[in-house]
Amino acid sequence: VLLSIICSPPQNYPLYIRSIPTENELKFHYTVHTSLDVVDEKISAMGKALVDQRELYLGLLYPTEDYKVYGYVTNSKVKFVMVVDSSNTALRDNEIRSMFRKLHNSYTDIMCNPFYNPGDRIHSRAFDNMVNSMMMQVC
Amino acid sequence: MEGLTLSEAEQRYYCDLFSYCDTESTKKVASNGRVLELFRAAQLPNDVVMQIMELCGATRLGYFGRSQFYIALKLVAVAQSGLPLRVESLNTVKDLPLPRFVVSKNEQESRHTALYSSDADNPASYSGVIPPPPGRIQVKKGSVSHDAVQQRTSTDQQAVWYQDLDHNTLRATLRIPCLASLSLEFSFRRLSSGLRCEIQEKESTSPVVSPQQSPPTSPHTWRKHNRHPSGGNNERPLAGPGPFWAPFSEAQPGSSTSSDPIWSGHSPPPHQENWVSFADTPPTSALLAMHPASVQDQTTVRTVASATTTNEIRRQSSSYDDPWKITDEQRQYYVNQFKTIQPDLNGFIPGSAAKEFFTKSKLPILELSHIWELSDFDKDGALTLDEFCAAFHLVVARKNGYDLPEKLPESLMPKLIDLEDSTVIPLISEVGEQTGEVGYSSSPAEAPPSKSPSMPSLNQTWPELNQSSEQWETFSERSSSSQTLTQFDSNIAPADPDTAIVHPVPIRMTPSKIHMQEMELKRTGSDHANPTSPLLVKPPDLPEENKMSSSVKFTSGNTVTDGYSSSDSYASDPEQIGSTVTRQRSHSGTSPDNAAPPPPPPRPHPSHSRSSSLDMNRSFSVTPGQQQAGVVAYPPAVPPRPQPSQGAGPHVHRPVDAEGLIAHTSTSPQQIPEQPNFADFSQFEAFAVSGVNKEEEDEIETHSEVLQVEKPSDSASSHRGAKADGRVEDKAPANVPTSAGKGTTPLAPPPKPVRRRLKSEDELRPEAEEHTQKTGVIAAVLASQPSIPRSVGKDKKAIQASIRRNKETNTVLARLNSELQQQLKDVLEERISLEVQLEQLRPFSHL
Repeated sequence: VLLSIICSPPQNYPLYIRSIPTENELKFHYTVHTSLDVVDEKISAMGKALVDQRELYLGLLYPTEDYKVYGYVTNSKVKFVMVVDSSNTALRDNEIRSMFRKLHNSYTDIMCNPFYNPGDRIHSRAFDNMVNSMMMQVC
Repeated sequence: MEGLTLSEAEQRYYCDLFSYCDTESTKKVASNGRVLELFRAAQLPNDVVMQIMELCGATRLGYFGRSQFYIALKLVAVAQSGLPLRVESLNTVKDLPLPRFVVSKNEQESRHTALYSSDADNPASYSGVIPPPPGRIQVKKGSVSHDAVQQRTSTDQQAVWYQDLDHNTLRATLRIPCLASLSLEFSFRRLSSGLRCEIQEKESTSPVVSPQQSPPTSPHTWRKHNRHPSGGNNERPLAGPGPFWAPFSEAQPGSSTSSDPIWSGHSPPPHQENWVSFADTPPTSALLAMHPASVQDQTTVRTVASATTTNEIRRQSSSYDDPWKITDEQRQYYVNQFKTIQPDLNGFIPGSAAKEFFTKSKLPILELSHIWELSDFDKDGALTLDEFCAAFHLVVARKNGYDLPEKLPESLMPKLIDLEDSTVIPLISEVGEQTGEVGYSSSPAEAPPSKSPSMPSLNQTWPELNQSSEQWETFSERSSSSQTLTQFDSNIAPADPDTAIVHPVPIRMTPSKIHMQEMELKRTGSDHANPTSPLLVKPPDLPEENKMSSSVKFTSGNTVTDGYSSSDSYASDPEQIGSTVTRQRSHSGTSPDNAAPPPPPPRPHPSHSRSSSLDMNRSFSVTPGQQQAGVVAYPPAVPPRPQPSQGAGPHVHRPVDAEGLIAHTSTSPQQIPEQPNFADFSQFEAFAVSGVNKEEEDEIETHSEVLQVEKPSDSASSHRGAKADGRVEDKAPANVPTSAGKGTTPLAPPPKPVRRRLKSEDELRPEAEEHTQKTGVIAAVLASQPSIPRSVGKDKKAIQASIRRNKETNTVLARLNSELQQQLKDVLEERISLEVQLEQLRPFSHL
């Protein structure tokens, strides 16, 4: 079970949401939303030091809900948030990092597209494909 | 009227028309509706129409009977041919071309509505082009055509009336092979007035993939359905533009795209590139492509200039196989356009300029975005000439109603395009799938693909490959990062023979690692490994405590843990195994005892104390000494406790062999421990079956030999001697002579038990008593590690062993750490470079 969302800086509204279909999708949405605050907090905590690109944010682990939330922030303050089911113990830190890296790469590809206006929702098929494949691996 | 003789073609044609007009199936077509439309479609002046009607007698009858209808049609033909309308001409005119009716395509609804409303003022510039044979013309039945006619006329567009001869008879005469044909149509359109050619519509042969649905295509779709009840095919109407009659005959293969049957009937926008109506064309022109309807509605469209004709030509010439292939003319056109933006053909068109340019095509931004994704091969935000051509081509295709492929077609891939090569390269379409990326699903049979058989291969695209490879890279990189670590440790371990197969104390307890280490163990212990099996066997007998992790090693074949521990202990345990406690790596699994007390590296046991002990042992039996030596040689071998002593013996030997080969050092320690074992063994041996002993003896012999060899110093020998002065010596000699002799039987067992003893001292043998005795002896022996007072030896040895072990572990960890550091550095560098790149690419800053 995985959900990835990308949010843009100013208002932090989601540019892209995708999840493996499960019933509680809305719950994931909510979780991601709440996690944005934590992400922001971490960013601000960084202070002068440039935001660490590879921030791996393992938090918001609700014992009850039993899932992990990972965050990743780019230099342009675009946040990627991923929610993973804790039962998926096979998912290691490195894998999460690589997934974020891939997401970031695809995101930059989208940015390169002159027809894409930053702040728009992402409709790129290539991006969708990449995300789908990534999620397939996880689940 | 007069008799009417019709040719067969005419007969057929007229019949169809009649059927078409005979909406009520009354065999009588009233002078209304469709008939009128039909006549209007004939694009004849009204008065002529009236005249015809009168001539055929409809006015008299008030309706068109079949005969009247036929006559009327014939008269239409006559009129269209420019001949005066005469009744006589009906039969006199020979070779009269079939009447042509041009129907403009329009929104169906509009058509319907317009049917009755619009003025049938067909601008007649109907150029009778090639009178297509009946086959060619496909009159579109249904009101569409009529409607279209109505509207078209009003819009100054000419529509081609497709006669749908019959749902059954599909004329796939003309097909647009691909975009090339599209051009024809456009050019046709261009021919605004006068160039009407019948558009042939091909029956969509190929099952259209998916009707393209752009709003303007609705009429087409409608039409499509109408015409092809079989379902959606894309007909690609390609009306040949005036000059391009040729195409008509070409009957281009059905690159019929879905939905847009481009009915050539579009009123030819003037000489513009219909299909490239960029910029100037009004928004509607966006559709230029094949929507005659749209075209008409907008009429504008074809604003683009010039190249239309060339394009058309281009299109015609394109191969049928590859809808995505860019013809020469097209490419030339693209290049010209490229030059307008970027004079340097080798240069790039920046994203913004390209955006403006393609926006003029009036395609939806989403589609343009997708086109960009497809065509920007290197993802650099700029278009090279090849990329630009690909993008342009895709835009044109889209405008013409082709669906955009999921992946860049082969022929459009930059640097892979072989314009001359029309053969589709069955590329790697599979390759894409190799990546296993879902995303790379073979490109959907988009309309184009569906058309030509070769299309499927188009799906594969290099970018896909690249991406997939990219994926692969990431994969590997990911995996490597995680796996290398594990590998690491295991690799480190065996590197140091001196340390005797040191496996870092489980740094990573991940199973894989352990496994790897185990494997390492196996490897290293392979030498010893020979005896491992026997050793393994033994283990069960051995006491649980395996101090001799090394013994585990011998049994490396065994469980991972065993191997692990054994190696570890082995390595770290050069000394006295006596520190059984410390050593005990619970091999647990297999041979609890088997770790033949991996005695610390060959520590020559110079101590005579051993010998003394040996003496003591010797007292028990000669063999033990021998065995001890042998055993020493194979520290790791877990001498399966001689089940009754014999078993132990042989086992001992074997492991000893193995071990001895590798770890000399270990042997020595073994010897030490063995000494006591010897004692034990000897005892056991005594009871052991001679037969077993024999083997053992041999082994022992070899062992001893090995030992001697291994023990570079004659410490071994001395050791042996020392160890069991008499014993060893006895053993050796005993072994030698007794290679066949049973007498030495006791030798065999002893070593093992000795070892075991070291490890676990007491638990071993069931023969407790002897054990006890032995233990005492063993303890003594153990303690007697080289010149270590026995009493304290054990502890010291244990400590030393543990120290050694820890040191080894430290080194391994240090190595690992350095590797990780290196990796981290690399990753950071990569990250920095990416950040820099991102900075460069980022046109804006949200920060």
